Amino acid sequence: MIEEHFDAIVVGAGPSGNAAAYTMAKEGLKVLQLERGEYPGSKNVQGAILYADALEKIIPDFREDAPLERHIIEQRLWTMDDASYVGMHYRSEDFNEEKPNRYTIIRAQFDKWFSQKVREAGVTLLCETTVTQLLRDTNSKVIGVRTDRDGGTAFADVVILGEGVNGLVGQRSGLRPELNPDSVALAVKEMHFLPREVIESRFNLKGNEGVVIEAMGTITAGMTGTGFLYTNQESISVGIGCIVSDFADNGTSPYALLEAFKNHPSIKPLLANSECKEYAAHLIPEGGYYSIPELYGDGWLVVGDAGQFVNAVHREGSNLAMTTGRIAGETIVWLKRRREEMLKANLAEYRRRLDETFVMKDLKKYKRIPEFLHGNRQIFGLYPKLFSGAAQTWFRVDGTDKRTKEKEIFKSFRKGRTLPGLIGDAFKLARAWR
Amino acid sequence: MRATAEANAPTIKVEEKLFQNRYLVDAGRPHIKIRPHETPSKALMSLTYTCPAGCYSVNDQGQVEITADGCVECGTCRVVTAKTREIEWNYPRGGFGVLYKFG
Repeated sequence: MIEEHFDAIVVGAGPSGNAAAYTMAKEGLKVLQLERGEYPGSKNVQGAILYADALEKIIPDFREDAPLERHIIEQRLWTMDDASYVGMHYRSEDFNEEKPNRYTIIRAQFDKWFSQKVREAGVTLLCETTVTQLLRDTNSKVIGVRTDRDGGTAFADVVILGEGVNGLVGQRSGLRPELNPDSVALAVKEMHFLPREVIESRFNLKGNEGVVIEAMGTITAGMTGTGFLYTNQESISVGIGCIVSDFADNGTSPYALLEAFKNHPSIKPLLANSECKEYAAHLIPEGGYYSIPELYGDGWLVVGDAGQFVNAVHREGSNLAMTTGRIAGETIVWLKRRREEMLKANLAEYRRRLDETFVMKDLKKYKRIPEFLHGNRQIFGLYPKLFSGAAQTWFRVDGTDKRTKEKEIFKSFRKGRTLPGLIGDAFKLARAWR
Repeated sequence: MRATAEANAPTIKVEEKLFQNRYLVDAGRPHIKIRPHETPSKALMSLTYTCPAGCYSVNDQGQVEITADGCVECGTCRVVTAKTREIEWNYPRGGFGVLYKFG
Protein backbone atom coordinates (compact mmCIF):
# COMPACT_ATOMS: atom_id res chain seq x y z
CA MET A 1 0.00 0.00 0.00
CA ILE A 2 2.60 2.51 1.12
CA GLU A 3 6.24 1.60 0.60
CA GLU A 4 7.90 4.02 3.01
CA HIS A 5 8.48 3.11 6.62
CA PHE A 6 6.82 5.32 9.21
CA ASP A 7 7.86 6.27 12.70
CA ALA A 8 4.31 5.60 13.84
CA ILE A 9 0.94 4.45 12.53
CA VAL A 10 -2.16 5.79 14.27
CA VAL A 11 -5.38 3.79 13.91
CA GLY A 12 -8.38 6.13 14.09
CA ALA A 13 -8.96 9.85 13.60
CA GLY A 14 -11.00 10.65 16.70
CA PRO A 15 -9.81 12.86 19.58
CA SER A 16 -7.24 10.36 20.89
CA GLY A 17 -5.78 9.39 17.52
CA ASN A 18 -5.68 13.02 16.39
CA ALA A 19 -3.97 14.11 19.61
CA ALA A 20 -1.34 11.40 19.25
CA ALA A 21 -0.73 11.99 15.54
CA TYR A 22 -0.52 15.78 15.95
CA THR A 23 1.88 15.57 18.91
CA MET A 24 4.29 13.30 17.04
CA ALA A 25 4.15 15.12 13.70
CA LYS A 26 4.79 18.47 15.40
CA GLU A 27 8.04 17.02 16.70
CA GLY A 28 9.06 15.89 13.24
CA LEU A 29 8.05 12.23 13.30
CA LYS A 30 6.77 10.60 10.14
CA VAL A 31 3.21 9.54 10.92
CA LEU A 32 0.56 7.61 8.98
CA GLN A 33 -3.02 7.82 10.24
CA LEU A 34 -5.76 5.44 9.08
CA GLU A 35 -9.49 6.13 9.42
CA ARG A 36 -12.29 3.83 8.31
CA GLY A 37 -14.86 6.62 7.79
CA GLU A 38 -15.28 8.67 4.63
CA TYR A 39 -14.05 11.67 6.60
CA PRO A 40 -12.82 12.04 10.19
CA GLY A 41 -15.90 12.24 12.41
CA SER A 42 -18.21 10.31 10.11
CA LYS A 43 -18.30 7.38 12.56
CA ASN A 44 -17.99 9.36 15.76
CA VAL A 45 -20.66 10.30 18.25
CA GLN A 46 -20.45 12.41 21.39
CA GLY A 47 -22.85 14.58 23.46
CA ALA A 48 -20.75 16.68 22.99
CA ILE A 49 -18.75 18.79 25.44
CA LEU A 50 -15.22 19.91 24.66
CA TYR A 51 -12.91 20.48 27.60
CA ALA A 52 -10.61 23.35 26.72
CA ASP A 53 -7.78 22.40 29.03
CA ALA A 54 -7.06 19.06 27.31
CA LEU A 55 -7.08 20.64 23.84
CA GLU A 56 -5.11 23.73 24.91
CA LYS A 57 -2.23 21.48 25.90
CA ILE A 58 -2.13 20.28 22.28
CA ILE A 59 -3.28 23.30 20.25
CA PRO A 60 -3.03 26.36 22.55
CA ASP A 61 -4.76 28.77 20.14
CA PHE A 62 -7.57 26.40 19.12
CA ARG A 63 -10.20 29.08 19.86
CA GLU A 64 -9.10 31.07 16.81
CA ASP A 65 -10.66 28.72 14.28
CA ALA A 66 -12.14 25.61 15.93
CA PRO A 67 -15.88 25.09 15.27
CA LEU A 68 -17.13 25.74 18.79
CA GLU A 69 -20.84 25.98 19.52
CA ARG A 70 -21.49 27.58 22.92
CA HIS A 71 -19.34 28.10 25.99
CA ILE A 72 -21.05 26.66 29.02
CA ILE A 73 -22.13 29.16 31.64
CA GLU A 74 -24.73 27.01 33.33
CA GLN A 75 -24.73 23.40 34.49
CA ARG A 76 -27.98 21.75 35.54
CA LEU A 77 -27.99 18.42 37.39
CA TRP A 78 -31.44 16.89 37.64
CA THR A 79 -32.92 13.90 39.42
CA MET A 80 -36.23 13.16 37.77
CA ASP A 81 -39.39 11.24 38.45
CA ASP A 82 -42.19 10.88 35.94
CA ALA A 83 -43.69 14.32 36.62
CA SER A 84 -40.88 16.46 37.93
CA TYR A 85 -37.22 17.14 38.48
CA VAL A 86 -35.24 18.22 41.51
CA GLY A 87 -32.39 20.30 40.22
CA MET A 88 -29.03 21.60 41.27
CA HIS A 89 -28.12 24.43 38.94
CA TYR A 90 -24.93 26.39 38.80
CA ARG A 91 -24.71 29.47 36.61
CA SER A 92 -21.96 32.02 36.80
CA GLU A 93 -20.91 35.16 35.00
CA ASP A 94 -17.35 33.98 35.72
CA PHE A 95 -17.79 31.44 32.93
CA ASN A 96 -18.06 34.36 30.48
CA GLU A 97 -14.29 34.57 30.52
CA GLU A 98 -11.74 35.32 27.85
CA LYS A 99 -10.81 31.67 27.58
CA PRO A 100 -13.87 29.64 28.53
CA ASN A 101 -13.38 26.26 30.13
CA ARG A 102 -16.01 24.09 28.42
CA TYR A 103 -17.80 24.33 25.10
CA THR A 104 -20.52 22.40 23.36
CA ILE A 105 -19.37 21.12 19.97
CA ILE A 106 -20.72 19.10 17.05
CA ARG A 107 -18.33 16.23 16.62
CA ALA A 108 -18.45 15.69 12.87
CA GLN A 109 -17.47 19.35 12.39
CA PHE A 110 -14.96 19.43 15.21
CA ASP A 111 -13.24 16.22 14.12
CA LYS A 112 -12.83 17.59 10.58
CA TRP A 113 -11.21 20.72 12.01
CA PHE A 114 -8.89 18.73 14.29
CA SER A 115 -7.95 16.47 11.40
CA GLN A 116 -7.09 19.50 9.25
CA LYS A 117 -4.64 20.61 11.97
CA VAL A 118 -3.20 17.10 12.08
CA ARG A 119 -2.58 17.08 8.34
CA GLU A 120 -1.09 20.59 8.45
CA ALA A 121 1.35 19.25 11.02
CA GLY A 122 2.53 16.76 8.41
CA VAL A 123 0.58 13.58 9.11
CA THR A 124 -0.38 11.40 6.14
CA LEU A 125 -4.09 10.60 6.57
CA LEU A 126 -5.84 7.84 4.66
CA CYS A 127 -9.62 7.72 5.08
CA GLU A 128 -11.98 4.96 3.92
CA THR A 129 -9.33 2.53 5.12
CA THR A 130 -10.22 -0.07 7.74
CA VAL A 131 -7.34 -1.70 9.58
CA THR A 132 -8.01 -5.44 9.66
CA GLN A 133 -4.95 -6.87 11.36
CA LEU A 134 -1.74 -6.10 13.21
CA LEU A 135 1.45 -7.36 11.58
CA ARG A 136 4.18 -8.82 13.80
CA ASP A 137 7.77 -9.90 13.37
CA THR A 138 9.18 -13.25 14.50
CA ASN A 139 9.53 -11.93 18.07
CA SER A 140 5.83 -11.00 17.83
CA LYS A 141 6.58 -7.30 18.05
CA VAL A 142 3.96 -5.28 16.18
CA ILE A 143 5.59 -3.82 13.06
CA GLY A 144 2.63 -2.58 11.04
CA VAL A 145 -0.95 -3.12 9.95
CA ARG A 146 -2.94 -4.77 7.19
CA THR A 147 -5.91 -2.84 5.79
CA ASP A 148 -8.93 -3.53 3.61
CA ARG A 149 -7.53 -1.22 0.92
CA ASP A 150 -6.71 -4.05 -1.50
CA GLY A 151 -5.24 -5.92 1.47
CA GLY A 152 -2.52 -3.27 1.57
CA THR A 153 0.01 -3.13 4.39
CA ALA A 154 1.92 -0.33 6.07
CA PHE A 155 4.90 -0.55 8.41
CA ALA A 156 6.11 1.52 11.35
CA ASP A 157 8.18 1.36 14.53
CA VAL A 158 5.04 1.59 16.64
CA VAL A 159 1.25 1.37 16.17
CA ILE A 160 -1.05 3.55 18.29
CA LEU A 161 -4.55 2.15 18.60
CA GLY A 162 -7.06 5.00 18.91
CA GLU A 163 -9.76 2.85 17.38
CA GLY A 164 -12.53 3.69 19.82
CA VAL A 165 -14.75 1.72 22.16
CA ASN A 166 -15.51 -0.80 19.41
CA GLY A 167 -11.84 -1.38 18.64
CA LEU A 168 -11.84 -4.67 16.83
CA VAL A 169 -8.19 -4.64 15.81
CA GLY A 170 -6.77 -4.74 19.31
CA GLN A 171 -9.46 -7.06 20.53
CA ARG A 172 -9.07 -9.57 17.73
CA SER A 173 -5.30 -9.44 18.09
CA GLY A 174 -5.75 -10.54 21.70
CA LEU A 175 -4.50 -7.26 23.18
CA ARG A 176 -7.69 -6.86 25.23
CA PRO A 177 -10.90 -8.80 25.93
CA GLU A 178 -14.33 -8.20 24.38
CA LEU A 179 -16.37 -5.50 26.10
CA ASN A 180 -18.38 -6.65 29.08
CA PRO A 181 -22.13 -5.91 28.68
CA ASP A 182 -22.21 -4.94 32.38
CA SER A 183 -19.65 -2.19 32.01
CA VAL A 184 -20.42 -0.58 28.69
CA ALA A 185 -23.31 1.82 28.10
CA LEU A 186 -25.36 2.28 24.96
CA ALA A 187 -26.34 5.89 24.36
CA VAL A 188 -28.75 7.20 21.74
CA LYS A 189 -28.95 10.81 20.73
CA GLU A 190 -30.84 13.17 18.44
CA MET A 191 -29.95 16.54 16.98
CA HIS A 192 -32.86 18.97 17.18
CA PHE A 193 -32.64 22.22 15.25
CA LEU A 194 -34.16 25.53 16.32
CA PRO A 195 -33.43 29.18 15.48
CA ARG A 196 -30.71 30.49 17.78
CA GLU A 197 -32.96 33.24 19.22
CA VAL A 198 -35.41 30.56 20.32
CA ILE A 199 -32.66 28.60 22.07
CA GLU A 200 -31.37 31.76 23.72
CA SER A 201 -34.78 32.79 25.03
CA ARG A 202 -35.70 29.27 26.15
CA PHE A 203 -32.51 28.86 28.12
CA ASN A 204 -31.99 32.47 29.22
CA LEU A 205 -28.81 32.94 27.19
CA LYS A 206 -27.16 35.71 25.23
CA GLY A 207 -24.60 35.43 22.47
CA ASN A 208 -22.75 32.15 22.56
CA GLU A 209 -23.57 31.28 26.16
CA GLY A 210 -24.70 27.71 26.65
CA VAL A 211 -26.47 25.43 29.12
CA VAL A 212 -26.01 21.72 29.72
CA ILE A 213 -28.40 19.45 31.58
CA GLU A 214 -27.38 16.05 32.97
CA ALA A 215 -30.27 14.01 34.31
CA MET A 216 -30.93 10.77 36.14
CA GLY A 217 -33.97 9.10 37.62
CA THR A 218 -37.04 7.25 36.46
CA ILE A 219 -36.17 8.38 32.92
CA THR A 220 -34.00 5.24 32.65
CA ALA A 221 -36.88 2.93 33.67
CA GLY A 222 -34.97 1.28 36.50
CA MET A 223 -31.75 0.87 34.55
CA THR A 224 -28.33 2.33 35.37
CA GLY A 225 -27.94 5.33 33.11
CA THR A 226 -28.34 9.06 32.52
CA GLY A 227 -29.91 11.49 30.11
CA PHE A 228 -28.56 14.76 28.77
CA LEU A 229 -29.54 17.89 26.90
CA TYR A 230 -26.92 20.31 25.56
CA THR A 231 -27.44 23.63 23.80
CA ASN A 232 -25.55 24.27 20.57
CA GLN A 233 -25.79 27.48 18.52
CA GLU A 234 -28.75 26.43 16.43
CA SER A 235 -29.48 22.98 17.73
CA ILE A 236 -30.02 20.95 20.86
CA SER A 237 -28.35 17.60 21.45
CA VAL A 238 -30.63 15.35 23.47
CA GLY A 239 -29.85 11.79 24.45
CA ILE A 240 -29.99 9.01 26.98
CA GLY A 241 -27.81 6.01 27.75
CA CYS A 242 -27.90 2.90 29.94
CA ILE A 243 -25.70 -0.09 30.62
CA VAL A 244 -26.04 -2.60 27.76
CA SER A 245 -26.89 -5.61 29.96
CA ASP A 246 -29.63 -3.52 31.61
CA PHE A 247 -31.24 -2.90 28.23
CA ALA A 248 -31.08 -6.62 27.46
CA ASP A 249 -32.61 -7.59 30.83
CA ASN A 250 -35.18 -4.81 30.97
CA GLY A 251 -36.86 -5.25 27.61
CA THR A 252 -36.87 -1.54 26.82
CA SER A 253 -35.62 -0.31 23.48
CA PRO A 254 -33.18 2.60 23.51
CA TYR A 255 -35.26 4.65 21.07
CA ALA A 256 -38.43 4.20 23.17
CA LEU A 257 -36.46 5.37 26.20
CA LEU A 258 -35.24 8.43 24.29
CA GLU A 259 -38.75 9.17 23.09
CA ALA A 260 -40.10 8.99 26.65
CA PHE A 261 -37.29 11.29 27.84
CA LYS A 262 -38.07 13.82 25.10
CA ASN A 263 -41.73 13.68 26.11
CA HIS A 264 -41.06 14.22 29.80
CA PRO A 265 -43.00 17.33 30.90
CA SER A 266 -39.74 19.04 31.92
CA ILE A 267 -37.97 18.33 28.62
CA LYS A 268 -40.72 18.57 26.04
CA PRO A 269 -41.14 22.39 26.13
CA LEU A 270 -37.39 22.81 25.63
CA LEU A 271 -37.59 20.91 22.34
CA ALA A 272 -40.94 22.24 21.11
CA ASN A 273 -41.17 22.94 17.35
CA SER A 274 -37.65 21.69 16.73
CA GLU A 275 -36.67 19.68 13.69
CA CYS A 276 -34.75 16.45 14.23
CA LYS A 277 -32.00 16.01 11.65
CA GLU A 278 -30.04 13.03 12.93
CA TYR A 279 -30.35 9.98 15.16
CA ALA A 280 -27.16 8.42 16.45
CA ALA A 281 -26.10 5.62 18.77
CA HIS A 282 -22.75 4.76 20.30
CA LEU A 283 -21.23 2.70 23.08
CA ILE A 284 -19.48 4.32 26.04
CA PRO A 285 -16.93 2.33 28.05
CA GLU A 286 -18.02 2.87 31.66
CA GLY A 287 -16.18 0.13 33.54
CA GLY A 288 -13.62 2.59 34.91
CA TYR A 289 -10.28 1.74 36.44
CA TYR A 290 -10.77 -2.02 36.76
CA SER A 291 -11.70 -2.29 33.07
CA ILE A 292 -8.53 -0.66 31.76
CA PRO A 293 -6.83 -3.26 29.55
CA GLU A 294 -3.11 -3.73 28.85
CA LEU A 295 -2.12 -0.32 27.51
CA TYR A 296 1.16 -1.13 25.80
CA GLY A 297 3.26 -3.96 24.47
CA ASP A 298 6.02 -4.60 21.96
CA GLY A 299 5.34 -2.11 19.18
CA TRP A 300 1.89 -0.90 20.30
CA LEU A 301 0.01 1.50 22.58
CA VAL A 302 -3.70 2.03 23.29
CA VAL A 303 -5.31 5.48 23.70
CA GLY A 304 -8.82 6.90 24.21
CA ASP A 305 -12.03 4.88 24.43
CA ALA A 306 -10.21 1.73 23.26
CA GLY A 307 -8.36 1.92 26.58
CA GLN A 308 -11.61 2.51 28.54
CA PHE A 309 -10.56 6.06 29.40
CA VAL A 310 -13.94 7.46 30.47
CA ASN A 311 -14.88 9.07 33.77
CA ALA A 312 -18.54 8.03 33.89
CA VAL A 313 -19.35 10.02 37.04
CA HIS A 314 -18.27 13.36 35.57
CA ARG A 315 -19.35 12.48 32.01
CA GLU A 316 -15.79 13.13 30.81
CA GLY A 317 -14.26 11.16 27.95
CA SER A 318 -12.97 13.31 25.12
CA ASN A 319 -10.54 15.08 27.47
CA LEU A 320 -9.19 11.73 28.66
CA ALA A 321 -8.94 10.67 25.00
CA MET A 322 -6.98 13.78 24.02
CA THR A 323 -4.74 13.54 27.07
CA THR A 324 -3.91 9.85 26.61
CA GLY A 325 -3.28 10.50 22.91
CA ARG A 326 -0.99 13.43 23.67
CA ILE A 327 0.95 11.51 26.30
CA ALA A 328 1.31 8.47 24.03
CA GLY A 329 2.68 10.80 21.34
CA GLU A 330 5.07 12.52 23.75
CA THR A 331 6.31 9.17 25.04
CA ILE A 332 7.10 7.99 21.53
CA VAL A 333 8.88 11.24 20.66
CA TRP A 334 10.91 10.92 23.88
CA LEU A 335 11.89 7.30 23.14
CA LYS A 336 12.75 8.20 19.56
CA ARG A 337 15.10 10.99 20.68
CA ARG A 338 16.82 8.59 23.07
CA ARG A 339 17.07 6.06 20.23
CA GLU A 340 15.23 3.52 22.34
CA GLU A 341 13.29 0.71 20.67
CA MET A 342 9.50 0.64 20.83
CA LEU A 343 9.48 -2.38 23.11
CA LYS A 344 7.16 -3.09 26.00
CA ALA A 345 9.75 -2.27 28.67
CA ASN A 346 10.38 1.16 27.11
CA LEU A 347 6.74 1.93 26.32
CA ALA A 348 5.97 1.38 30.01
CA GLU A 349 6.96 5.04 30.25
CA TYR A 350 3.50 5.82 28.78
CA ARG A 351 1.77 4.28 31.77
CA ARG A 352 4.17 5.96 34.20
CA ARG A 353 3.38 9.34 32.68
CA LEU A 354 -0.36 8.65 32.64
CA ASP A 355 -0.28 7.75 36.33
CA GLU A 356 0.88 11.30 37.04
CA THR A 357 -2.11 12.88 35.29
CA PHE A 358 -5.75 13.46 36.23
CA VAL A 359 -6.66 10.59 33.90
CA MET A 360 -5.39 7.79 36.10
CA LYS A 361 -5.86 9.69 39.34
CA ASP A 362 -9.57 10.23 38.66
CA LEU A 363 -10.20 6.72 37.37
CA LYS A 364 -8.45 5.34 40.43
CA LYS A 365 -10.43 7.57 42.76
CA TYR A 366 -13.71 6.31 41.30
CA LYS A 367 -12.65 2.71 40.84
CA ARG A 368 -15.55 1.39 42.94
CA ILE A 369 -18.19 3.69 41.43
CA PRO A 370 -19.21 1.60 38.38
CA GLU A 371 -19.95 -1.39 40.61
CA PHE A 372 -21.79 0.83 43.08
CA LEU A 373 -24.01 2.41 40.43
CA HIS A 374 -24.78 -0.85 38.70
CA GLY A 375 -25.40 -2.74 41.94
CA ASN A 376 -27.63 -0.10 43.56
CA ARG A 377 -30.38 0.77 41.14
CA GLN A 378 -32.41 2.46 43.88
CA ILE A 379 -30.12 5.40 43.04
CA PHE A 380 -31.89 5.72 39.69
CA GLY A 381 -35.45 4.84 40.64
CA LEU A 382 -36.32 5.15 44.31
CA TYR A 383 -34.23 8.15 45.39
CA PRO A 384 -35.35 10.51 42.62
CA LYS A 385 -38.95 9.69 43.57
CA LEU A 386 -38.22 10.34 47.25
CA PHE A 387 -36.46 13.64 46.50
CA SER A 388 -39.36 14.76 44.36
CA GLY A 389 -41.92 13.74 46.96
CA ALA A 390 -39.99 15.57 49.67
CA ALA A 391 -39.74 18.73 47.58
CA GLN A 392 -43.42 18.67 46.81
CA THR A 393 -44.39 18.12 50.45
CA TRP A 394 -42.13 20.98 51.46
CA PHE A 395 -43.21 23.53 48.88
CA ARG A 396 -46.94 22.86 48.82
CA VAL A 397 -48.73 25.19 51.24
CA ASP A 398 -51.83 23.37 52.38
CA GLY A 399 -52.49 24.22 56.00
CA THR A 400 -50.26 21.43 57.30
CA ASP A 401 -47.72 22.69 59.82
CA LYS A 402 -44.02 22.48 58.94
CA ARG A 403 -43.09 20.01 61.69
CA THR A 404 -45.69 17.56 60.39
CA LYS A 405 -44.31 18.06 56.88
CA GLU A 406 -40.79 17.30 58.12
CA LYS A 407 -42.05 14.13 59.75
CA GLU A 408 -43.85 13.12 56.57
CA ILE A 409 -40.66 13.55 54.56
CA PHE A 410 -38.54 11.52 56.99
CA LYS A 411 -41.25 8.88 57.09
CA SER A 412 -41.30 8.61 53.29
CA PHE A 413 -37.55 7.96 53.24
CA ARG A 414 -37.73 5.39 56.05
CA LYS A 415 -40.67 3.67 54.41
CA GLY A 416 -39.10 3.75 50.96
CA ARG A 417 -35.68 2.48 51.88
CA THR A 418 -35.68 1.65 55.65
CA LEU A 419 -33.25 3.27 58.05
CA PRO A 420 -30.54 0.60 57.68
CA GLY A 421 -30.99 0.85 53.90
CA LEU A 422 -30.48 4.62 53.96
CA ILE A 423 -27.42 4.39 56.18
CA GLY A 424 -26.05 1.53 54.08
CA ASP A 425 -26.46 3.49 50.85
CA ALA A 426 -24.77 6.56 52.34
CA PHE A 427 -21.91 4.40 53.58
CA LYS A 428 -21.52 2.58 50.25
CA LEU A 429 -21.58 5.85 48.32
CA ALA A 430 -19.01 7.44 50.61
CA ARG A 431 -16.74 4.42 50.27
CA ALA A 432 -17.08 4.33 46.47
CA TRP A 433 -16.55 8.08 46.17
CA ARG A 434 -13.40 8.60 48.23
CA MET B 1 -42.55 -7.06 32.28
CA ARG B 2 -42.08 -4.05 30.08
CA ALA B 3 -40.99 -0.86 31.71
CA THR B 4 -43.38 2.00 32.17
CA ALA B 5 -41.24 4.43 30.19
CA GLU B 6 -41.92 2.42 27.09
CA ALA B 7 -45.56 1.82 27.89
CA ASN B 8 -46.16 5.54 28.29
CA ALA B 9 -44.25 6.60 25.19
CA PRO B 10 -46.06 6.94 21.92
CA THR B 11 -45.40 4.08 19.50
CA ILE B 12 -42.10 4.78 17.89
CA LYS B 13 -41.04 3.72 14.47
CA VAL B 14 -37.27 3.68 14.52
CA GLU B 15 -37.30 3.70 10.70
CA GLU B 16 -38.52 7.29 10.85
CA LYS B 17 -35.51 8.23 12.94
CA LEU B 18 -33.08 6.41 10.65
CA PHE B 19 -34.58 8.21 7.70
CA GLN B 20 -32.77 11.36 8.91
CA ASN B 21 -29.38 9.69 8.64
CA ARG B 22 -26.95 9.37 5.75
CA TYR B 23 -25.64 5.95 4.77
CA LEU B 24 -23.49 4.52 2.04
CA VAL B 25 -24.81 0.97 1.86
CA ASP B 26 -22.36 -1.68 0.64
CA ALA B 27 -25.01 -3.49 -1.40
CA GLY B 28 -24.84 -7.26 -1.15
CA ARG B 29 -22.09 -7.20 1.50
CA PRO B 30 -23.73 -6.98 4.93
CA HIS B 31 -21.14 -6.43 7.66
CA ILE B 32 -23.16 -8.34 10.25
CA LYS B 33 -24.36 -11.90 9.81
CA ILE B 34 -26.38 -14.12 12.12
CA ARG B 35 -25.12 -17.69 12.26
CA PRO B 36 -27.73 -20.27 11.22
CA HIS B 37 -29.75 -21.34 14.24
CA GLU B 38 -32.86 -23.34 15.11
CA THR B 39 -33.85 -21.49 18.27
CA PRO B 40 -32.32 -18.14 19.20
CA SER B 41 -30.74 -17.73 22.63
CA LYS B 42 -32.17 -15.19 25.05
CA ALA B 43 -29.26 -12.90 24.16
CA LEU B 44 -29.94 -13.11 20.43
CA MET B 45 -33.66 -12.54 21.00
CA SER B 46 -32.91 -9.44 23.04
CA LEU B 47 -31.40 -7.79 19.97
CA THR B 48 -34.92 -7.33 18.61
CA TYR B 49 -35.30 -4.50 21.15
CA THR B 50 -31.75 -3.57 22.25
CA CYS B 51 -30.54 -2.73 18.74
CA PRO B 52 -30.90 1.07 18.56
CA ALA B 53 -31.51 0.87 14.80
CA GLY B 54 -34.10 -1.90 14.99
CA CYS B 55 -32.11 -4.08 12.59
CA TYR B 56 -33.19 -7.37 14.17
CA SER B 57 -36.56 -9.09 13.82
CA VAL B 58 -38.06 -12.55 14.31
CA ASN B 59 -39.26 -14.47 11.27
CA ASP B 60 -42.23 -16.89 11.01
CA GLN B 61 -40.02 -19.83 12.00
CA GLY B 62 -39.00 -18.07 15.21
CA GLN B 63 -35.48 -17.34 14.07
CA VAL B 64 -33.82 -13.96 14.40
CA GLU B 65 -33.03 -12.13 11.17
CA ILE B 66 -31.07 -8.98 10.42
CA THR B 67 -31.34 -6.21 7.88
CA ALA B 68 -28.16 -4.24 8.46
CA ASP B 69 -28.81 -1.31 6.09
CA GLY B 70 -29.83 1.04 8.92
CA CYS B 71 -27.04 -0.13 11.25
CA VAL B 72 -25.30 2.71 13.12
CA GLU B 73 -22.28 0.50 13.94
CA CYS B 74 -22.57 0.88 17.70
CA GLY B 75 -21.54 -2.73 18.44
CA THR B 76 -24.27 -3.45 21.01
CA CYS B 77 -25.32 -6.68 19.24
CA ARG B 78 -21.75 -7.96 19.22
CA VAL B 79 -21.29 -7.24 22.92
CA VAL B 80 -24.65 -8.82 23.88
CA THR B 81 -23.96 -12.04 21.94
CA ALA B 82 -20.23 -12.25 22.62
CA LYS B 83 -20.71 -15.33 24.79
CA THR B 84 -23.20 -17.15 22.56
CA ARG B 85 -21.23 -16.32 19.39
CA GLU B 86 -24.39 -16.18 17.33
CA ILE B 87 -23.41 -13.26 15.16
CA GLU B 88 -20.42 -12.36 13.06
CA TRP B 89 -19.63 -8.66 13.30
CA ASN B 90 -17.22 -6.68 11.19
CA TYR B 91 -16.85 -3.04 10.29
CA PRO B 92 -18.28 -2.16 6.91
CA ARG B 93 -15.61 -1.78 4.26
CA GLY B 94 -13.74 1.51 4.51
CA GLY B 95 -15.99 4.44 3.56
CA PHE B 96 -19.25 2.45 3.73
CA GLY B 97 -21.92 2.41 6.40
CA VAL B 98 -23.29 5.28 8.45
CA LEU B 99 -22.00 8.78 7.69
CA TYR B 100 -22.76 11.09 10.57
CA LYS B 101 -23.40 14.71 9.61
CA PHE B 102 -23.29 15.86 13.22
CA GLY B 103 -22.36 12.87 15.39
